[in-house]
Amino acid sequence: MTNTDPQGQPVPQAPGTNDSSYSIDIEGLNKWYGTFHVLKEINLKVAKGERIVICGPSGSGKSTLIRCINRLEEHQEGSIIVDGVELTNDVKNVDKVRREVGMVFQHFNLFPHLTVLENCTLAPIWVRKTPKKEAIAEAMKYLERVRIPEQALKYPGQLSGGQQQRVAIARSLCMNPRIMLFDEPTSALDPEMISEVLDVMIDLANSGMTMLCVTHEMGFAKQVADRVIFMDYGEIVEEAPPEEFFNNPKHDRTQLFLSQILAH
Amino acid sequence: MTDTLIHTRLPDRAPPASETGIIHWARTNLFSSITNTILTLASLYALYVLVPPLLNWGLLNANLAGTDRSVCDANQGGACWTFIKVRFNQIMFGLFYGSNPDQIWRPVLAFFSLVALVIPLFFDRFNYKGMLSAFILIVFPFIAFALIHGAWLGLPVADTSEWGGFLLTFVLASVGIVAALPIGILLALGLRSELPIVRGFSVFYIELWLGTPLITVLFMASVLLPLFFPAGVDFDKVLRAMIGITLFQSAYVAEAVRGGLQAIPKGQFEAADALGLSYWKKMLFIVLPQALKISIPGIVNTFIALFKDTSLVSIIGLLDLLNMSQTASKGLEWKGYDTEAYLFAAFVFGICCYGISLYSRSLEEKLDRGHKN
Repeated sequence: MTNTDPQGQPVPQAPGTNDSSYSIDIEGLNKWYGTFHVLKEINLKVAKGERIVICGPSGSGKSTLIRCINRLEEHQEGSIIVDGVELTNDVKNVDKVRREVGMVFQHFNLFPHLTVLENCTLAPIWVRKTPKKEAIAEAMKYLERVRIPEQALKYPGQLSGGQQQRVAIARSLCMNPRIMLFDEPTSALDPEMISEVLDVMIDLANSGMTMLCVTHEMGFAKQVADRVIFMDYGEIVEEAPPEEFFNNPKHDRTQLFLSQILAH
Repeated sequence: MTDTLIHTRLPDRAPPASETGIIHWARTNLFSSITNTILTLASLYALYVLVPPLLNWGLLNANLAGTDRSVCDANQGGACWTFIKVRFNQIMFGLFYGSNPDQIWRPVLAFFSLVALVIPLFFDRFNYKGMLSAFILIVFPFIAFALIHGAWLGLPVADTSEWGGFLLTFVLASVGIVAALPIGILLALGLRSELPIVRGFSVFYIELWLGTPLITVLFMASVLLPLFFPAGVDFDKVLRAMIGITLFQSAYVAEAVRGGLQAIPKGQFEAADALGLSYWKKMLFIVLPQALKISIPGIVNTFIALFKDTSLVSIIGLLDLLNMSQTASKGLEWKGYDTEAYLFAAFVFGICCYGISLYSRSLEEKLDRGHKN
């Protein structure tokens, strides 16, 4: 599925190749909230297996951008093609994309009336039509992978923030997505719980999953990202491999942002 | 010399007596302020003045023996429960069963089969809840009708116009409650629909019924509706009342459910969308279970209100529990004992409404998952 080099690292596709070789292909994307221009002329191509970290000050449009990729937000101009399927008003296309794209939210958004296991099996059973037994086995596999199989029969309200976020990741993985979107997955967590979630995300990144992460965890970016994208005022200001991005930022705004975020 | 202080953990000690026990309870609940103390003393005095005579009249000195008013007339100092005893069948089951006591087994059988069918639903381990619920909702009404009406089974016919008393109250209220719930839920979903026609219809429907008193609805259903049908076509009076009550009640259910829907965080919808759940699956599995849980108190309030409002069917000549009690006490035979009639009706209404609210509270507790939305 993914092109990899001898170290098992995926190789980003050269631009200009066939569209279907990209996991995500965004061109000329513009979006407005009323009169407010949130996203301006975004062009972004993500190769299969590529791991991208998006950062930027709050209100820069980074969350809106990744929420456009599974159409939690509608865009007004430009095209978004996910796994060869263009996102339009056609509900069928939207459903197709959502089945292939998993999303992890800042506030977990687990279903509080269902157990951890039911959270994980609901979509496979009702969307993918997986038989119940198989779905449960699959869910337990992923709960083990995020290291909380013993919590399977508890309700989300009984878990800590870090555990809840790991369940949320497992819930997304149960749909066997080809792309994972992370929208500030550690921002709502107490400091001592951030690393348990990041560990799971690093593990996932090393398995070759295509990932887009909106995060301020620069250590995570340095460790796993193939590319870091810096956004400000709805634009992509700078994109570069992490070493380049952190050691030698080109743009003033990037430098200012990095000096603020890395000051401590 | 060092500045470090090492703390050893202290053992827990029992709280002082003023923090627990009956004295603490009385102090915080009955005598916490001057106003409360005055109110407590005033209430105690009122109880002292009122309770003994009431007990005396209603229990100790009451009449239950005999089959006519002579016993009660001889002992005017006590309540005349003889009247309720003699007219019990009429007050509970209406005119037909009041005058045909040998047929009472029919409504009683229907009622207890319903109870027997519902009981398994309360056991978590019972695996066929869906099938049983469907049976109760779809098949049982016909069985109950066949039993109570009688024509289908070749039994003496109890025409619906002769249904009355608690039987009628129960039938009207339970049909209204059960039929209005799904309609109300659909209307509440319609209110939040993105389709303008669906939303417009829901708004119009709900505003129309919320702005109409039930008594008007019943009057319309009974007096005006027949004018629109050709002569000779006549809907059953009880059926018309049922339809009117259901349409009316569904608007109130919709309002209660709407409140619950609004309380569901946007993130729940987004998470369901992101997993690829379709609109109906999202609503059925994610949104409604949470919204209905939040709406339980509101929905139950409307149910209790409806249960009591069924008395309004007297406007179209149907005799429910309250009106039947009243009617029974108006005849020459028992004239003058209407206090007992009203008290009995109040007692039955009270038990039913208290039962409904107790059940709703236990349901809320059972569905509590240790989270607040």
